[in-house]
Amino acid sequence: MTTPVLSVQELSKVYGEGDAQVRALRGVSLTVERGDYVAIMGASGSGKSTLMNILGCLDVPSSGRYLIDGADVGALEERQLAVLRNRKIGFVFQSFNLIPRMSALANVELPMAYGGVGAAERRARALAALEQVGLSDRVRHEPNELSGGQQQRVAVARALVTAPSLLLADEPTGNLDTASTGDVLEILDRLSASGRTIVIITHEDDVAAHAKRVIRLVDGQIVEDRRQAPVDGPPPRMPEVPA
Amino acid sequence: MSWFEILRFALRGLAANKLRSFLTTLGILIGVGAVILLVAFGEGASQSIQQSIQRLGSNTLTISASFSGGGFGGGGGGGGGQAGGPRTQARQLTLEDARALADREQAPSVRSVSPVVTASSATAVHEGASHTISQLVGTYPSYFEATNKPVTSGAYFVNDDVLAARKVMVIGRTVAEELFGAADPVGRRVSVSGVPFTVVGVLKELGSSGMQDADDVAIVPLPAVQQSLTGFGALGSIIVQATGAGTTESAQAEVTAVLNQRHDITPTGTADYRILNQATLQETVSSTIGVFTALLGAVAAISLLVGGIGITNIMLVTVTERTREIGIRKAIGAPRSAILGQFLLEATVLSLVGGLSGVAIAFVGTRFTIAGIEPVIVPSSIALALGVSVGIGLFFGSYPANRAAKLRPIQALRHE
Ligand SMILES: Nc1ncnc2c1ncn2[C@@H]1O[C@H](COP(=O)(O)OP(=O)(O)O)[C@@H](O)[C@H]1O
Ligand SMILES: [Mg+2]
Repeated sequence: MTTPVLSVQELSKVYGEGDAQVRALRGVSLTVERGDYVAIMGASGSGKSTLMNILGCLDVPSSGRYLIDGADVGALEERQLAVLRNRKIGFVFQSFNLIPRMSALANVELPMAYGGVGAAERRARALAALEQVGLSDRVRHEPNELSGGQQQRVAVARALVTAPSLLLADEPTGNLDTASTGDVLEILDRLSASGRTIVIITHEDDVAAHAKRVIRLVDGQIVEDRRQAPVDGPPPRMPEVPA
Repeated sequence: MSWFEILRFALRGLAANKLRSFLTTLGILIGVGAVILLVAFGEGASQSIQQSIQRLGSNTLTISASFSGGGFGGGGGGGGGQAGGPRTQARQLTLEDARALADREQAPSVRSVSPVVTASSATAVHEGASHTISQLVGTYPSYFEATNKPVTSGAYFVNDDVLAARKVMVIGRTVAEELFGAADPVGRRVSVSGVPFTVVGVLKELGSSGMQDADDVAIVPLPAVQQSLTGFGALGSIIVQATGAGTTESAQAEVTAVLNQRHDITPTGTADYRILNQATLQETVSSTIGVFTALLGAVAAISLLVGGIGITNIMLVTVTERTREIGIRKAIGAPRSAILGQFLLEATVLSLVGGLSGVAIAFVGTRFTIAGIEPVIVPSSIALALGVSVGIGLFFGSYPANRAAKLRPIQALRHE
């Protein structure tokens, strides 16, 4: 059996001190195999984002172990963490988080700039990623000239342009209308079909229906872990590919 | 991630807020420009004053009568000389004093002695052209050498002219232009207060120094001016030239001894004359100007500091405003050094561009002469002003930049 892409054991996160203390995660253990497409569901305040931020190495847990591709994240230095965020993780936020006053192309190139990719290759790969999300005609536009759905597609392109082991998305469709939601989910389905490992947060059943596996969180604990499709198969709602 | 790349990010960050970047740069520009310009003006003033002192000759002593001190103390009372030491009434300087000073035995360090009387505002007329000479000097030929006044055309007058009290005169450039225009004045006649003088020479142009036009002079033999204008009274001053720059001090001691004897001054009494030593004067003036320049520099340095605080302020605002952006950059894998480098470079570019434009402005500014002072750029002031401005950028930029770079990505992303 190959090493899982990510593996967390007894993860807990406590915010604040004393009376104001909030236990956002209470002992979460989870393993995600390569190629899986996992949806994490739960009510608002159940700790989904907290878990996702730790998985994306944006925050540190109060206790517990976290391995990415078998490497212990807790033991890494700041510099190695930066490399890890850059190479192994692609993160898509609910609020897009594109850098303002930078074109879509420049935004997508940015992770490769920090990763030390040469200018020519960077441009080619960024254009390819934008093409993949269907935005070839919007590469020069700045975020404030794009619709929400287009911005989120740019964010997806930025997350996958470094070919990360893990694509994390925290309610990527939360701020989008139905049509844009469809666009983004279709892109994720295609990425999953091509073997990319994806973890997505959502509180919509429609969105979760696209995943191969659904995990439900309540008050910082996993209460349900249901598989909807095999890890190595296509995602369940994958649109029929014309033969 | 190369430094070139980080520099590009920094420039893009600055370009995103052009007006703010421009104003910050302006603060530094004014500071650096002011430091260099003010120091250059101080230096220019210092050099021009030193030059005009040097023009007087550095190894000369100017002796003039002094009426200060207790000379009039015992006038009203019956018995003379009770208080203040035995002191007879203050005496004027006379031609005899000058002759005594020229004695090789008593004053071996003295090279020449020139008695001087000065008539101010004498009106000279030549064929209808009229000019009021601000300084009409009656003296001996040695005066020309002692006070460093060469002639450009014609000649000096000589000792014979003095003995014969000939009415000849050497005039300054201003007088020549006012009376003769472009024509050669040598050999022409000028009448001063009705007395006819023949021009024998024209002095080399000295240029004006400060208020006074040093070229608005006429120099004539001593008896000629005494006969016709001032009368045979006291001398205005005596100019003593020492045998060399090194003997000025001993010449001063000898002159003091001779005059004390002649004027009956006791070693404890107050002298009735004053000796002005050019070398000492020069030292005093240059140290005064040094203080003056330092003051100007200090005022300018304050404006530089204010510019620096402007950079700090802007960097703090920029970093706070862009904390979310920093969070995004860190989330997609920007190392701490890249974030720190970007903001440090932004601060450095601001201060460097401001500093260099300040230098450029200062270079342009020092091409102009203001209030008769030609500014002289002091290279060390450029280095200092630039160094300080870049230093300020780095120093004050590093605090907010470092704070930003240390944030955990999620802290930065949650920042509102
Ligand atoms: N930075 C924080 N400081 C304090 N409490 C927090 C912070 N972030 C989240 N929480 C709390 O932790 C709990 C889980 O939050 P979150 O993970 O954002 O939930 P979800 O994303 O599932 O809505 C909530 O009760 C929330 O109030
Ligand atoms: Mg959330």
